[in-house]
Amino acid sequence: MGFLSYLISGISLGSVYAIIALGYTMVYGIAKMLNFAHGDVIMIGSYVVFTSTMMLGLPVPVGILASIVICTVLGVLIEGIAYRPLRGTSSLAVLITAIGVSYFLQNAVQLVYGANAKSFKSVVPLKGVSLAGGALIISGETIVTIASCIIIMVGLQMFVHKTKAGHAMLAVSEDRQAAQLMGINVNRTISLTFAIGSGLAAIAGMLLCSAYPNLTPTTGAMPGIKAFTAAVFGGIGSIPGAMIGGILLGIIEILGKAYISTQLADAIVFSVLIIVLLVKPTGILGKKINEKV
Amino acid sequence: MKFMKNMNKTTRQNMITYAMVILAYIIFQTLSVTGNLSSLMQGLLVPLCTYSILAVSLNLTVGVLGELSLGHAGFMCIGAFSSAFFTACTKDIITNDLLRFMIAFLIAAVCAGIFGILIGIPVLRLQGDYLAIVTLAFGEIIKNIINAMYVGLDENGFHFSLKDSMSLNMTENGRIIIKGAQGITGTARQSNFTIGIILLLLTLVIVLNLMNSRSGRAIMSIRDNRIAAESVGIDITKYKIMAFAISASLAGLAGCLYAHNLSSLTALPKNFGYNMSIMILVYVVLGGMANMRGSVIAAVVLTMIPELLREIGEYRMLIYAVIMIVMMIFNWSPKVKTWREAHSLKDVFHKRNVKEAK
Repeated sequence: MGFLSYLISGISLGSVYAIIALGYTMVYGIAKMLNFAHGDVIMIGSYVVFTSTMMLGLPVPVGILASIVICTVLGVLIEGIAYRPLRGTSSLAVLITAIGVSYFLQNAVQLVYGANAKSFKSVVPLKGVSLAGGALIISGETIVTIASCIIIMVGLQMFVHKTKAGHAMLAVSEDRQAAQLMGINVNRTISLTFAIGSGLAAIAGMLLCSAYPNLTPTTGAMPGIKAFTAAVFGGIGSIPGAMIGGILLGIIEILGKAYISTQLADAIVFSVLIIVLLVKPTGILGKKINEKV
Repeated sequence: MKFMKNMNKTTRQNMITYAMVILAYIIFQTLSVTGNLSSLMQGLLVPLCTYSILAVSLNLTVGVLGELSLGHAGFMCIGAFSSAFFTACTKDIITNDLLRFMIAFLIAAVCAGIFGILIGIPVLRLQGDYLAIVTLAFGEIIKNIINAMYVGLDENGFHFSLKDSMSLNMTENGRIIIKGAQGITGTARQSNFTIGIILLLLTLVIVLNLMNSRSGRAIMSIRDNRIAAESVGIDITKYKIMAFAISASLAGLAGCLYAHNLSSLTALPKNFGYNMSIMILVYVVLGGMANMRGSVIAAVVLTMIPELLREIGEYRMLIYAVIMIVMMIFNWSPKVKTWREAHSLKDVFHKRNVKEAK
């Protein structure tokens, strides 16, 4: 039973990673940039929920909605102000700008709320389920996390493959110039991608803080890096890849913590990543890139 | 002046770089000796050298070899811990401080270099962002393992454990040298500004001469066009690993300088995590790819800004972040570039010259 409960909490943590990784992977696929500030958008989302429900006493659904809206707007703003002027230049320049944005968000929040950890009350009203006569307890947070991950995943796949805006995204990620010639508004498509990615980050932030209730200005940093790893693990640019990568990473992390060593859990996660990339250099579901001379 | 003119362009540029570092040394050292330097600045001198060395060494990987590495702090970590470990072990054996310190530098460079080769062999098979994430992973693994590592020394030799200090099974006389998350404590603070500057000059000499050599040109040809380089018979793997390993061992030197500037050395995310690697990358990108002088200037300026902004208190990191974003947009944005070209001061002068000539 111990193994099963570790497995379930692994899947739960992995689902959060998967939702964050979706944001990374979509932005990477379409804008060809590593958005290092993504982890901090998660943190902002959690602080919005914290402020609206725990400080102002608003009902939880209002807080959730506010968090999603604010993060979406924030994502679009960041893209418009910091990344758009640099479109078409060296990807390193954009990477450094993203790091600048990340510092900015962390320090802005630290100014407003201080560096001390805030305790986050779970936004999940669901009670846990106990199975097998109490030997296996699945918390409400776990159920909601896994369920929302599946819903988001399916919804996103449908959106990308069934709607016009989704097709535009696919086209831009395939070939930006050709897409522009076909009458697709590239700027708007990229903004939409950032909006969706940041909205998902808000949801991921809430779920993460409901399970691990410590909220600091750097809360988003490590999950952000892990989710980025997950996106690469599954093959960056691929939506199902982000899902698989995220969940595998979560399971490896929890099992590693439980059975091998708590201190070395991160090292184990990253070692598995390295081994996978050495065997499959573009991730599990990544496309093979043919080299042109 | 004739002497300057006889040199070729690269040598002249390199000489300017060396002269700049030496000049900075003379100025700061004079200020420091005459007591005109605030204690804050005094404390910054060695870190400035450390970060400059790190920036120059990372520029070898990122700017000259053209591979994005996000794990540079890992090599610095190896250099720091191997040298501090050596110093702690031989405290009573080698009594000459300077000699011990020199050997410590050598050990730091060799250890970091060996890890550079070991990590470089698998990593350099990958490309682009995949390579970046694997270097980041290696950096985190190094930090994580050192954080969980316990090493002790007694009559029976070294004891090693990844669990806790109890499982080292040492005799009563043994002492624990690396104490897990508490790291190495009690290292003598031997680093000073002079040694830092000498190391920075050494790093610059190595990197600039490498760039100007046959090997350096081979490395740069890999960056510019890998397939073309391969087709003219350049051994890609060899040169890639060479650049990576040299870069790593120079980072190890910086690590040694760093470790001997602190009395207790711990592997925190702040000093050896990916944040640090990214910080060094920021110096490199702002200073300019393959531009070593730029790296040094960027490292110095960006380390000083938060310290000089200390007066405005808590807003300083916020302003620092804004400066970073604005600098990047000002430097790289195509629109700003055309605007700068249109309103360039050079043009104003140039037009005047043209008019006068008429």
